[in-house]
Amino acid sequence: MFRPSHFTAVLLFALFASTVFGITQRETPRRMFRYGIYCFALFVGSAIVLSWVMFLIAR
Amino acid sequence: MPNKPAAGTSAQQGFVYLPLIAGWLVPGAGHFLLGKWVRGLLLAAAIVLMFALGLAMHGKLYTGAQDILDILGMVGDLGNGALFFVGRLMGLGADPVQVTTADYGSKFIVVAGLLNVIAAVDAHNLRTGRKES
Repeated sequence: MFRPSHFTAVLLFALFASTVFGITQRETPRRMFRYGIYCFALFVGSAIVLSWVMFLIAR
Repeated sequence: MPNKPAAGTSAQQGFVYLPLIAGWLVPGAGHFLLGKWVRGLLLAAAIVLMFALGLAMHGKLYTGAQDILDILGMVGDLGNGALFFVGRLMGLGADPVQVTTADYGSKFIVVAGLLNVIAAVDAHNLRTGRKES
């Protein structure tokens, strides 16, 4: 059984989703790559920010 | 405004929904049919790996329709096309979710299906010329 940590799961999810978003939402390879990186950063960044928000709320 | 035809003569012949259906059944196949080999390979790798990792995490393949969440989960899973049907035939994803990673896995499988639908629609848009390249 594959047992990733929560953060590893976030990284994997962001990698796969941003790959598909980049390819399907833009038309040229350069823009696809840049949009994929942008989506990846937003996925991971928002997960980190929301994690801190939930941590602070729970205290 | 009429849609622009996709580049190449093959895009103007044959069954217009073939890339959509092929892309749904086999991840990346719609792009392969249109000669977009690298994109198809990347899409197939992302979707198949996400589905496989979901199963490796002991994620659940939704089959029943007991409540609205199960129905929505099954709709997402069906987006995986042949992967879903083969997985069901092999008895994969049938265990109840008991650990946290299995819940992650179930979500991976659902999202892989939704991403596959997006990829198949992209292939259809390329085929009809709605997306230029």
